[in-house]
Amino acid sequence: MSNKYALKPDELKKEFEQKKPRIPKGEFAGKDWWDLPVEFRDGNWCFPAKPEVLDELHFANPRKWAATDKDWQLPAGWEKTIRDGMKDRLKRFRSFKVFMDSCVRCGACADKCHFFLGTGDPKNMPVLRAELVRSVYRNDFTTFAKILKNFSGSRTLTADVIKEWHMYFHQCTECRRCSVFCPMGIDTAEITMMVRELLNLIGVNNNWILAPVANCNRTGNHLGIEPHTFEQNIMSMVDDIEELTGVTVNPTFNRKGAEILFITPSGDVFGDPGVYTMMGYLLLFHHIGLDYTISTYASEGGNFGMFTSNEMMKKINAKMYHEAKRLGVKWILGGECGHMWRVVHQYMNTMNGPADFLKEPVSPITGTKFTNAKATKMVHIAEFTADLIKHGKLKLDPKRNDHLRTTFHDSCNVARGMGMFEEPRYVLNNVCNVFHEMPENTIKEQTFCCGSGSGLNAEEFMDIRMRGGFPRASAVAHVREKHKVDSLVTICAIDRASLPPLMRYWNPGVTVYGLHELVGNALVMKGEKKRTEDLRENPMAGFGEDDDDE
Amino acid sequence: MMKVLKPLIAVIVLALIPYVGITYGKLDFVFAIVIPYASAAILVLGMLFRLIDWIRRPVPFRIPTTCGQEKSLDWVKTNPLESPSNPFMAAVRVLSEVFLFRSLFRNTKAELHGGPKLVYGSYKWLWLGGLAFHWSMLVIVIRHARFFFETLPLPVELIEMGDRFLDVTVPAFYLTDALALAAITFLVLRRLSDEKMRLLSLSTDYFPLFLFGAIAAIGISMRYVTKVNVMPVKALALTLAKFGFDAPEPIGVLFYVHLFLVCVLLAYIPFSKLVHMGGIFLSPTRNLPNDSRAKRHKNPWNPDIKFRTYAEYEDEFREKMKKAGLPVEKQ
Repeated sequence: MSNKYALKPDELKKEFEQKKPRIPKGEFAGKDWWDLPVEFRDGNWCFPAKPEVLDELHFANPRKWAATDKDWQLPAGWEKTIRDGMKDRLKRFRSFKVFMDSCVRCGACADKCHFFLGTGDPKNMPVLRAELVRSVYRNDFTTFAKILKNFSGSRTLTADVIKEWHMYFHQCTECRRCSVFCPMGIDTAEITMMVRELLNLIGVNNNWILAPVANCNRTGNHLGIEPHTFEQNIMSMVDDIEELTGVTVNPTFNRKGAEILFITPSGDVFGDPGVYTMMGYLLLFHHIGLDYTISTYASEGGNFGMFTSNEMMKKINAKMYHEAKRLGVKWILGGECGHMWRVVHQYMNTMNGPADFLKEPVSPITGTKFTNAKATKMVHIAEFTADLIKHGKLKLDPKRNDHLRTTFHDSCNVARGMGMFEEPRYVLNNVCNVFHEMPENTIKEQTFCCGSGSGLNAEEFMDIRMRGGFPRASAVAHVREKHKVDSLVTICAIDRASLPPLMRYWNPGVTVYGLHELVGNALVMKGEKKRTEDLRENPMAGFGEDDDDE
Repeated sequence: MMKVLKPLIAVIVLALIPYVGITYGKLDFVFAIVIPYASAAILVLGMLFRLIDWIRRPVPFRIPTTCGQEKSLDWVKTNPLESPSNPFMAAVRVLSEVFLFRSLFRNTKAELHGGPKLVYGSYKWLWLGGLAFHWSMLVIVIRHARFFFETLPLPVELIEMGDRFLDVTVPAFYLTDALALAAITFLVLRRLSDEKMRLLSLSTDYFPLFLFGAIAAIGISMRYVTKVNVMPVKALALTLAKFGFDAPEPIGVLFYVHLFLVCVLLAYIPFSKLVHMGGIFLSPTRNLPNDSRAKRHKNPWNPDIKFRTYAEYEDEFREKMKKAGLPVEKQ
């Protein structure tokens, strides 16, 4: 894989070999962290949002600029904007205030961050990432620390500090792994969210986040797919399914009176390999005869507003309930996605509820009441499918996935912002025969980010992405060597987009799958023709023409 | 290493203040009565202020860090502690952090090996050192209660008896004295010996450790080496406990250094990272149940946000939608 935005794998491997067993890169003996330089170079910064995107969103300071510019053309009075913004957020978020006040710098988080493990840059230790803000907070918001400026590690807010914030709060994927280990429960994701809000106030931003936000606002999804194209894409999958299985599935769009509204990330509709996961959903719904509809308006499960500001998160999320109400469905079923599920699970009902117009979710097939979702009225597809399998409602042939040796990647947000670990594993174990867990320090609540979450999946950010994804790749390499694993199964659309290049870089030969793609492979459909290929048209093991007698 | 020297010098200077004040200024009353009351007042009012200041700030979103399986389908085994589904278990979770340092128990150490590959080893030393330090300090503080009571309350007596079960010295040796000193030494050395810790530590991280170290060392030397006469100390403590203002009888200057450093520590708590003793209870990632889909969490300042409605969307795309056969509200 060659790319001007990343080192060749061999060069990066060499860098790691040279510094092992150390994680930190470079020497900083006798130096203070605030003296370490901040260098923007190819591969470590995302392009800023285009002026027209900012105009569309009514966001501050539209201009043409680059992180490598000396002058970032910050708006007049930007210091006051940041300071007032901080003050306002300290007032509105107890989390922010408590996290500014109670860190003891014990260092437990230091080597828990995938970006620190991959870059060796000390400012990627979560404690120092937070100190980038805390140092300003101590200077501007606490009298005592201001008096003892040097002693307490306080510093003045300058344009260089803004550059540093931009770099390091865009080298955090809000994955919350550090917060699992923190004895105070300090969550860097929360601090990153605050700082990104602040940076947006002065026009310091990321096009890979704000362009999808603008798209989502206008067309209903991040990819900017207009309704007719959205429908056409899914209908072309219907054709593919028919060709492969002989079964005609019949999704409906914007249909009033359907029982269930299904919402999934638009990556599943438009991106490879997400589309195969979508085909899995379509097969599943057809298999059980679900009365559901898909909306072209609420056509995005994900929410890049979350990486922008809480107001933007609310704005984008509002479409889900708005559309569910308009269509008169009973409840909402959500597809596989990471941060989408943190928003749905921890924010949606607070921001846009109460959803009184919906009913408590009940599976129409098994009668199971999803009491854990009784207020938000949105159920995760893995919960839904696990319940179907448990009740024996699916006809599955796990042998149809025998050509895959799988492992499972927990998505950060589903793991640490929702707590769903067992359902996807239960589903996976029922649809395939070969599954091996990665080492325990790299799964479940300790799972490692793909390295590209929270809107950092940009091509021009490849160096940091490949480094940040290294801990995940290293764990995959482990099960690959030990158990010949060749298939990495995920329940996240960002993972499906970001893990393939990561695997090509670190573990060539490992393919990335969505969970429901494997469900789709394994489903024995009524009236299907003889299946010899999986949803990707790859031959299944033991189902070829020659294997008829088996 | 100015970052380390400065707080060390600060503690030495602070220790010299009562030494000079008592030896040359005869300021016994100031150091025995005035400063202790003042520092206790700063501690109580300061911590109250900090707690109220935190509590009055809203918690807009329910954001527990889920470290275990949520409560979902009946047959799925849940982790009630790491993904608490009710306030009671969330409280248990917080208390397990406070008393057992549960999250720190998970601590690992990452190393880069050939391949390259990352290897994670168990690293419980920080957990053990931290736990030893905090628990010893708590027992030592409780033990000191004996100075403030005419007759010793039973729990205090029991804790004290337990602490000196290794009856090897005269006066009886307290286990926590040794543990506290060992733990403080470990915590200082840990910051100095690791390059990551050296870089992330501030003067304000060393200062309280040195202060605790000095307080403990002086306390120990008073008990086992100089053997300070405890009668006037007890008299002073009883006076303070009754909010009295009687001038103390003469006590050794070492005692005043010990007392003064304790006063500095108490007054320092509300203005420093030592407020974590309150903050830990208020961390929204730990003290909230993971039930936000089952129960609506309210945000007191939930903003009114104008979003793009379906009607606006249809207005823009109606023709395209009709052409594609998608249902529309208006023709």
